[in-house]
Amino acid sequence: MDIHEYQAKELLKKFGVNVPRGGIAYSPEQAVYRAQELSGEKCVVKAQIHSGARGKAGGVRICSTDDEIADAAAWMLGRKLVTHQTGPQGKLVGRLYIEEATDIAQEIYLGFVMDRKEERVVVVASAQGGMEIEDISADEPDSIIRSVVDPAVGMQAFQAREIAFQLGLDAALIPQAVKQITGCYKAMDELDAAMLEINPLVVTGAGEIVALDAKLSFDDNALFRHPDISELRDKSQEDSRETYAEDRGLSYIGLEGEIGCIVNGAGLAMATLDMIKMSGGEPANFLDVGGGASPERVLMSFKAVLNDPNVEAILVNIFAGINRCDWIAEGVVRAVQELKLTMPLVVRLSGTNVEEGRKLLNESGLNITTAETLAEAADKVVAAWKKASTKNAEAI
Amino acid sequence: MAILIDKTSKVLVTGLTGRIGSFHAQEMRDYGTNVVGGVTPGKGGTTHNGLPVFNTVKGAVAETGADLVIAFVPPPFAADSIMEAADAGIKTCVCIADGIPTQDMIRVKRYMRRYKEEKRMRLIGPNCAGIITPGQAFAGLMPPAIYLPGRVGIVGRSGTLGYEAASQMKTLGIGVSSSIGIGGDPINGSSFRDILELFENDPDTDAVVMVGEIGGPQEAEAAEYIRDHMSKPVAAYVAGLSAPKGRRMGHAGAIVSAFGESAQEKVEILSEAGVTIVPTPSAFGETVEKMLA
Repeated sequence: MDIHEYQAKELLKKFGVNVPRGGIAYSPEQAVYRAQELSGEKCVVKAQIHSGARGKAGGVRICSTDDEIADAAAWMLGRKLVTHQTGPQGKLVGRLYIEEATDIAQEIYLGFVMDRKEERVVVVASAQGGMEIEDISADEPDSIIRSVVDPAVGMQAFQAREIAFQLGLDAALIPQAVKQITGCYKAMDELDAAMLEINPLVVTGAGEIVALDAKLSFDDNALFRHPDISELRDKSQEDSRETYAEDRGLSYIGLEGEIGCIVNGAGLAMATLDMIKMSGGEPANFLDVGGGASPERVLMSFKAVLNDPNVEAILVNIFAGINRCDWIAEGVVRAVQELKLTMPLVVRLSGTNVEEGRKLLNESGLNITTAETLAEAADKVVAAWKKASTKNAEAI
Repeated sequence: MAILIDKTSKVLVTGLTGRIGSFHAQEMRDYGTNVVGGVTPGKGGTTHNGLPVFNTVKGAVAETGADLVIAFVPPPFAADSIMEAADAGIKTCVCIADGIPTQDMIRVKRYMRRYKEEKRMRLIGPNCAGIITPGQAFAGLMPPAIYLPGRVGIVGRSGTLGYEAASQMKTLGIGVSSSIGIGGDPINGSSFRDILELFENDPDTDAVVMVGEIGGPQEAEAAEYIRDHMSKPVAAYVAGLSAPKGRRMGHAGAIVSAFGESAQEKVEILSEAGVTIVPTPSAFGETVEKMLA
């Protein structure tokens, strides 16, 4: 789960990380009022969306007058900002963060990630702050400093000191830097974060180290022990198709194609999408219906898939281990009847109780195409979709 | 004996008295697996479906000589259960739970290092379908009937995609020595490389099928091992060719976040290491058949 910049900063403050003063605003008037509260010469109006690279999309504006603040706020609020992280549909700006302007002398990149090779938290830092880490690794790979944290004892001061010296920070700044870096690690550890990125961490003209931006995302599997963090979820930043499915306990990812998919198991679901692509179609979604799927769950999966208006055909692919093909078939039949499904539907069942399952489908009298293998299923659904799609096109 | 489990393995089920543990323990016994008991704290001294229940893993080991644990413990408590098994001297622990916090797994891996390598427990999973040596025994969730006993090893992250591979092979009369699910989590107990090494040294295995997916460095590590150390032929499929970058495809670990983690890149790395690529998920059977010919 991702959270907004201002929420991340609020959390980091509790761990001793230095952040600029600021306040949240939902309207241009409120933005001006917040700036007055900060009472500096300049302030920064920052769009709060779950994405980096907001500056390039116009989502960060330095302002000197009330009019400038109101204009910037009016432009941003209600707009969908498109960055390379949001996808072409962009993300809606619903709130702004009004922050005091910072006098930047030096920019640093500081990140904390779960490294899958080390199987530990790794701190990544670079004196090339303000750039994205992908670009730093491509352009300035030698500038990247890495430090692995031993989970038994947590991050030690000497590790933070080594990073600070390697960043080339002035000796007088080292104690401050150590406090910032270890504070970030503590936040990552105690909050079960999956990733924390401070880009940039800046040294100000007055010799202070401040986290100018903050990106914090959480391990969904650990949210059960952080109810306060679960509260920070902002559904307006999510794909509505995914929110619908997730709230019903289904694992669903929205994609761009026309063929809806209902599969059991994440690996088989990925493979099914691959197979559709190889057969010349485009999948509309990833959906793992899970183990022990009841007829109700199958029906719910159909609803989740049909929430996407682009879906023109559906493929159900089940290899039942703990699942039972007859339950799946019962769910399919109910879905077709209750949802009055008319689009092409191909069902491939395999594994536990497969004969009973196929019998249920065949005896239903409904227009359901069955397939024995994954390849056959993918070919059939793509062919049926193409046929239906041309018919639709001719009708228009 | 194939690898990790056979009919002599003494299997202990943690979480035996739960709904899921009960059901799968029975399936395992019906197949001939030597299940010696279960652990549910607070229910020690009772019996469940004719099996003795213990309060602790240590207590169970002392009474039954169990050497393999299968954990049907919910994710919030699974890490604790794995560490308990490691401390009780269990040889192999299979963990099914899907949804263990990553930091818990980091601690588990760190904890297991306190034991000398020869005494260190081997962890399989979490978030996996389990392990099976067809015709002998299994510890997991799989439908055992889809595996024909034979001489090809299977190692994979996904449960159902592994079933797909095994059943395609069965249709062509190709049997399996052992099938090992290493699970879909970003941090897991045993990697592809670890299991490939066991198959390479197993006299009952002639070839291996690897079922990989997007995300993480383990397929690339495996490629290096295959190139430098494996004499047996390996076929591999990598799921997620159509997965968009930065999206988590169901498995916590199935996310492309770094260079070399996409399906295309992994296929290339494996193919350069001499691995036979299974071109589509419908071609496991025919590809293995050709490779063995």
